[in-house]
Amino acid sequence: MPNDVTTDVACIDTDVLVIGAGGAGMCAAIAAGRAGARVVLADRSLIGRGGATIMAQMTVAAALGEQGEDDWRFHYADTLAAGRGLCSEPLARVLCEDGVAAIRDLDAWGAGWARDGEHLAQVQAPGHDRPRCVYVDFLDTGPAVARTLRTQVARTPGVQRMGDLVITDLLREGGQVVGALALHLATGRPLVIGAGATIVATGGLTRLYRRNSASANMGGDGYALALKAGAELIDMEFVQFFPIGHLAPRLVGFDPIMWDPFRYKLGGRLLNGLGEPFVERYGHASDVKGYTVTRDAATYAILKEVEAGRGSPAGGAWLSFTHVPAETLQAAFGPIIAKLAAAGIDLTRDRIEVSPIAHYHMGGIRVDTDMATRVPGLYAAGEAVGGANGANRLSGNAITEAVAFGLRAGARAAAHAASVPRVPPPRLCALAASGLAELQSSERPVQPVAAQIARLQDIMQQGVGPFRTDAGLRQALTELATLRAEVGETLAGTPAPHDAVRAGALDLRAMLQVAECVTQAALARTESRGAHQREDYPGLDDAHWRINQVATWADGVWSFTHAAVPRLPAPVTEPQGAL
Amino acid sequence: MSDTTPPGVRLQVVRGQGDGPSHTQVFELPPGSAASLLDGLCWLREHVDPTLAFRYACINANACKECMVRVDGETVYACVVRLTPGTTLSVEPLPNKPRLRDLVTEIAPSKEQWRPDDAC
Repeated sequence: MPNDVTTDVACIDTDVLVIGAGGAGMCAAIAAGRAGARVVLADRSLIGRGGATIMAQMTVAAALGEQGEDDWRFHYADTLAAGRGLCSEPLARVLCEDGVAAIRDLDAWGAGWARDGEHLAQVQAPGHDRPRCVYVDFLDTGPAVARTLRTQVARTPGVQRMGDLVITDLLREGGQVVGALALHLATGRPLVIGAGATIVATGGLTRLYRRNSASANMGGDGYALALKAGAELIDMEFVQFFPIGHLAPRLVGFDPIMWDPFRYKLGGRLLNGLGEPFVERYGHASDVKGYTVTRDAATYAILKEVEAGRGSPAGGAWLSFTHVPAETLQAAFGPIIAKLAAAGIDLTRDRIEVSPIAHYHMGGIRVDTDMATRVPGLYAAGEAVGGANGANRLSGNAITEAVAFGLRAGARAAAHAASVPRVPPPRLCALAASGLAELQSSERPVQPVAAQIARLQDIMQQGVGPFRTDAGLRQALTELATLRAEVGETLAGTPAPHDAVRAGALDLRAMLQVAECVTQAALARTESRGAHQREDYPGLDDAHWRINQVATWADGVWSFTHAAVPRLPAPVTEPQGAL
Repeated sequence: MSDTTPPGVRLQVVRGQGDGPSHTQVFELPPGSAASLLDGLCWLREHVDPTLAFRYACINANACKECMVRVDGETVYACVVRLTPGTTLSVEPLPNKPRLRDLVTEIAPSKEQWRPDDAC
């Protein structure tokens, strides 16, 4: 038996541990702190700077009714329609109903939502029955929300912020999550954290794909943590591909999702390689009068045109604003127009190429309306939660989901933490022993982890993309298994500070597990619904598949079961005045 | 034999750990491999040296502000530094922040860090 790895290990104690400091995590920390809990807000990168929140381009949906009559029940109906029958009704209700107050909270905290005279400006995004989405100009929603929440976190008593901290394992005792083991990148040292409640707010998994809109820390590692702690994942096969992700020419310093708000505000034209409109060939309303095509339909149309040999030069579609007067462009996007000009793009003259890009994950950790998993002491919030958006997310719901779920998870986790005893540090360290041994090892100091991650991304892009087949999915599973065997069991890297190989090896391990889960789930679902499209099963099959696939994992074995989609006890009736 | 192949980009990267000694490592980026410096650093990590340490989160959107480095003596975001074929860039960590490793410095305010001395 090697030396006791648990001596000289730093150990801290808190009430609520929040993993991930994006929109959901910061809101959870705020709510837990306000409820009187001591909070550790941990992030693998910098607090409030990593993740998807800061990258949000524009829309945030909430039934504020600033531009006309609205009610959360209309937003809820739109959410359910977009979700194609798989939305968890209770979670969708939390999103839409709590979302109203949550977005007003952000306003009160100084987010700076664009105003139209006295009222908040709200635009109508695809899938919504009326104008409903607020935003911060110009394409500044994400940074504004992140900044606002960072300020609120700093003002919330009892919240300790810790960046450069990668959570590597959750610790369990008596069937409950009692804390976590972390790697502190800045020092290379392990840290054991005891917590009465833990909230996973690590975002989605779009980093699994070569073409993704995500940040570097969105590989789904929170899913792996939850799985190993005994929690369930649902709807893992539902990855949203944003249809008009920037493809060409290569832009430096721009977000690949930037064209979304341009379409909302200006209604660009999607044209194939021959310069023809094509979207309506695939059975949907023409997009000439503004942006009306919902996302899954546009993705299909673009990829089918490319397959038919009518793609743009780089393999996508042309997006054109050449029909929009220069003054209109300027008024809508002032500073961005200048930035584009500096990059050699004049939208009055030039078209740009776009193609689908992995953008959001509808699936995730299964929780109830307290944001609690089936494992006592373990909660989840934000994009890491599965079910609220069903088979396809309604435009603008992501930030609302992050804030509404984060605030709720923080409050519930604080209450739980106040009711459970603490596990003493020596016991926590004993629970963390095997993880500690790994973090202190350097048996394989250098391995090509970055290349292996890129290979995983290529496998997923190729076989588990927007359009899937049985053969392609099985091929992906085989290739993932080959990659897994090459990576081996021993954790690469060393315990030195900011060891890129060690950090990469931890990511790779989690990404492999999550990639397997997504691919298995996609293979099992033999129908097409929302963002999950099977070329070999192109029809929607409610008789067999109006269910959630629930994934669990224990000792290397996957288990997938079917669960009825959660319904509310009584249907939500829309108020008078539905359009 | 084509004489129209554009040249690549050379990066002279100052590397080292913490307060320890530094050395400059010269890397060659093949033509077309990277449009921005951050692209280039990611390419190098994937194809040449997986131990190269640098900060970033949002990949290319200039939103997260994590990728600050010193290029030819000027502090810039690596994601907006456009690489010009045939040029050489010297890349160093920020001079006014403690170096953790290679291009990674401690840029978080102290209230956003865990310090081991704080442990119970």
